[in-house]
Amino acid sequence: MDRVDGPAKVTGAARYSAEINVPGTVYGVLKSSTIAKGRITNIDTTAAAKEPGILNIFTHQNLPKPAKTPKQIEKWRAAQSYLPMQDDQIQYAGQPVALVVAATLEAATQAAALIKVTYQADTPIDSYHDPKAELFDPQKIQQGKKDGHVVRGNPQQAFDGAAIRHEATYVHAINHHSPMEPAATLAVWEGADKLTVYEASQNVTMHQGNLAELLGMPREQIRVVTKYIGGGFGCKGSFWPHTILTVLAARAVNRPVKLVLTRPQMFTGVGHREDQEQTLKMGATADGKLVSIVHSKKATTSPWDNYTESNGKIMDMLYACPNYSTVYELARANVMTSVWMRAPGEAPGSFALESSMDDLAHQLNIDPLEIRLRNYADHDHSSGKPWSSKSLKQCYTRGAELFGWNKRNPKPGQTRRGNLLVGHGMASATYPVHSSQGTARVRLFADGHAVVEAGATDLGTGTYTVMTQVSADALGLPPEKIRFELGDTRLPTAPGSGGSVAAGTVASSIMAAAEDVWDKVVKMAVADKKSPLYKVKPTDVKVELGRMFLAKDPKKGETLLAALGRSGQPDIEGSGTGKYGAGYEEKNFGQNGADQNNDNKEKKSGGHSMHSFGAHFCEVEVDPDLGTVRITRWVGVHGVGTVLNLKTATSQMKGGAIYGIGAALMEDTFRDPNFARYTNADLAGYHIPVNADIPEIQVEFVPETDPYINYLGVKGIGELGMVGVAAAVGNAIFNATGRRMRSLPITPDKMLEALRLPA
Amino acid sequence: MSDQSTPAAPLNPDGSRRTFMKQAGGFLGLALAPPFLSQAERLTALSKKVEGVSTISLKVNGTVRAIRAEPRVTLLDALREYLDLTGSKKGCDHGQCGACTVLVDGRRVNSCLTLAIMTQGKEITTIEGLAKGDELHPMQAAFLKHDGFQCGYCTPGQILSAVACVQEGHAGSEAEVREWMSGNLCRCSAYPNITAAILEAKGQMG
Repeated sequence: MDRVDGPAKVTGAARYSAEINVPGTVYGVLKSSTIAKGRITNIDTTAAAKEPGILNIFTHQNLPKPAKTPKQIEKWRAAQSYLPMQDDQIQYAGQPVALVVAATLEAATQAAALIKVTYQADTPIDSYHDPKAELFDPQKIQQGKKDGHVVRGNPQQAFDGAAIRHEATYVHAINHHSPMEPAATLAVWEGADKLTVYEASQNVTMHQGNLAELLGMPREQIRVVTKYIGGGFGCKGSFWPHTILTVLAARAVNRPVKLVLTRPQMFTGVGHREDQEQTLKMGATADGKLVSIVHSKKATTSPWDNYTESNGKIMDMLYACPNYSTVYELARANVMTSVWMRAPGEAPGSFALESSMDDLAHQLNIDPLEIRLRNYADHDHSSGKPWSSKSLKQCYTRGAELFGWNKRNPKPGQTRRGNLLVGHGMASATYPVHSSQGTARVRLFADGHAVVEAGATDLGTGTYTVMTQVSADALGLPPEKIRFELGDTRLPTAPGSGGSVAAGTVASSIMAAAEDVWDKVVKMAVADKKSPLYKVKPTDVKVELGRMFLAKDPKKGETLLAALGRSGQPDIEGSGTGKYGAGYEEKNFGQNGADQNNDNKEKKSGGHSMHSFGAHFCEVEVDPDLGTVRITRWVGVHGVGTVLNLKTATSQMKGGAIYGIGAALMEDTFRDPNFARYTNADLAGYHIPVNADIPEIQVEFVPETDPYINYLGVKGIGELGMVGVAAAVGNAIFNATGRRMRSLPITPDKMLEALRLPA
Repeated sequence: MSDQSTPAAPLNPDGSRRTFMKQAGGFLGLALAPPFLSQAERLTALSKKVEGVSTISLKVNGTVRAIRAEPRVTLLDALREYLDLTGSKKGCDHGQCGACTVLVDGRRVNSCLTLAIMTQGKEITTIEGLAKGDELHPMQAAFLKHDGFQCGYCTPGQILSAVACVQEGHAGSEAEVREWMSGNLCRCSAYPNITAAILEAKGQMG
């Protein structure tokens, strides 16, 4: 089925958050700090104020204060806890220092440029590399939600005693999400106690909750709306300063204020994937069986928060390894807090793990697929639990077949196409099924249409489309008779789009709500003399595709609509809460203790470990004279439970591979070591893949049924497609050149340098 | 909004400090850069000056519409903020991403790098003007069929760029399409599907 939101998107009718036409809207523009550390000594707005139609110029001196700052909020739900423009302090380059509100965008933009800010600059710390930086042990990471130390078995001893020892350090550059739609806030106050915010949000409930805390208002007085979102990849799933600054400014000028970050501000306004390096020690037996994984990570964090991706998760569970440990070290620098970016943890973690596995295979002279099969985990060694389902072997087999893996020359540097060196590489992918839950409402009308509602969002991943399909099947209506509404806090609370939980959770919620409708209509039918189900016990009735029937005699029954029509009621409404992951299993299989956002508890809850798996295969061509790397073929095969829509799921997996190719070959935001400022903060300087960089990408799903994870057996796919991609590229480069590239992105300068040195 | 649209917000009461050299054409960008100041002065002397807010008439999708705006308003902002035609997207405002691509006299341009006032008298086609009523343009239909997008934010620019790519004769092969469509970024990375859509629509465009 084609996307239901497709016609609106190809005709320009789809309105994104900054495109909602609210009469009287004025324009907000942020001015960003040019220094990374110090204090503001003076702000001269004289010239700026002369621009036509200026309503106000806000600085830390005159911006109304929020009721609470994030630091004062116990349940602050965002990566960054620092709110700028509360005092004269500057903590990172690009930090907002003023907000101009004017009648036109042109005047606001020009005025922001004309504001003269004088600083007393201190020497900033740019990263964990900085000699001034001090690495520390955070004990817990991600606002205390995750352990900074994980140990299983006796990893160091096992490593020391291993027949084969491999140790390597992997570097990952700063990456920026860079969705095509910049972050945007349109704040509309309707009186002092009622606020509507059109926000580019992956999670309207999160935005609503944080705004309620910051403003000291009841949640229900704040409505957050996101009907269409132009990509997010994580950055729009957290709360950033521009949103509350716009809301405060709008209240002060008593007009709706629209503020859109400029593209350079997108590099200093909505987080990033942090600069980091991982050291991975692997011990194995002489025949390549892992006995120990010792992992450590160093990364940069902000002056206030201990955010870092948990890279270790994937190392703990992907292979059958009895001993494992990970530890994180962070250094505070003058940067904003980093945040989850597509496949947080798994993406850089898999680069280290799957590159080292490739080395191990080469060292032992066995095929990269074979080393993975020798270490295949038949259960999750991190928790000791069986898998709810796992089709990784099938993914390997099918991927190898589609790619022609058996034609690969195992000897590096031997295959040429003209002057170009050709190489083949592969890597595994996995991503957990996190716990989540959400609510949906289904309203079935007697005239044969339905409205289905859940406060979820559609990043472009297909939420509108798949939920329409699920609803149509549940109610026995054609998809065009379903109107699925999302992206509004007035709708039942659903999870945001993040951590790959949306599809499975919202679909399950809709099924629960549909069941509620079924139950109500069945009760009507069994009490209705005109119904073929009159006086039948409700528990003997089944419902499929909108038809109720006697389970023992399926011919005896009628449609939901027939019974509803006779009742004279115009419509009937049901609601329900769906669970995803461990919570679903707990409810349905009688296990205990799920807790969202807590890895350790999640591990202990339920009876099964829940993950999606996949495998990537790629071919590269390396130009030995220029150091350029081109991807020439790509195959991805994944096991993700039920695929709700093959077309949108395939597109998402292709997109995941390409997102990973960006991180592998080109994405690198460079922070100047002296000034801690980004030097390439725009789309000309920060390279993301363009059409000419990308070959045809082949994606397949292997059939997989999983009864434990949720009502429909759906696993998330958004993150999975990117996991292992950078390693597959690096492994193919090794096969092409005999050079192991351990620093991302693998740009021509690094490649040439490696080629100059002996293999 | 009415055809003779003006923004709801109050307009510039003081236009005296901003001027614009009408018909400065492609030299404008260079002319405004400091090293070329003397050339700018020369051009200014030869050109009619437009100062402050004036009436700008734009022929968009076959209909002439007038806005009251300053000469510094870009075509993209004129479309989005003054005419409420929000199909053209702002991704970078610097000509780096292609989301704002529209057709001006049949040529694809980055509307964020084009001043609205310079496009008076020209035929501007935006995504809103591509379909004939309910009948999608073959390129729109092909993007739907091949799933040439996810979030849809780059899509209007991709589609207009694609229409021009075909009309320019730059859609001869898959490789050619990829090269000539590389000015339009897609972060969801629908590139393989976009390429497939263009190659199919090519055959259906008259």
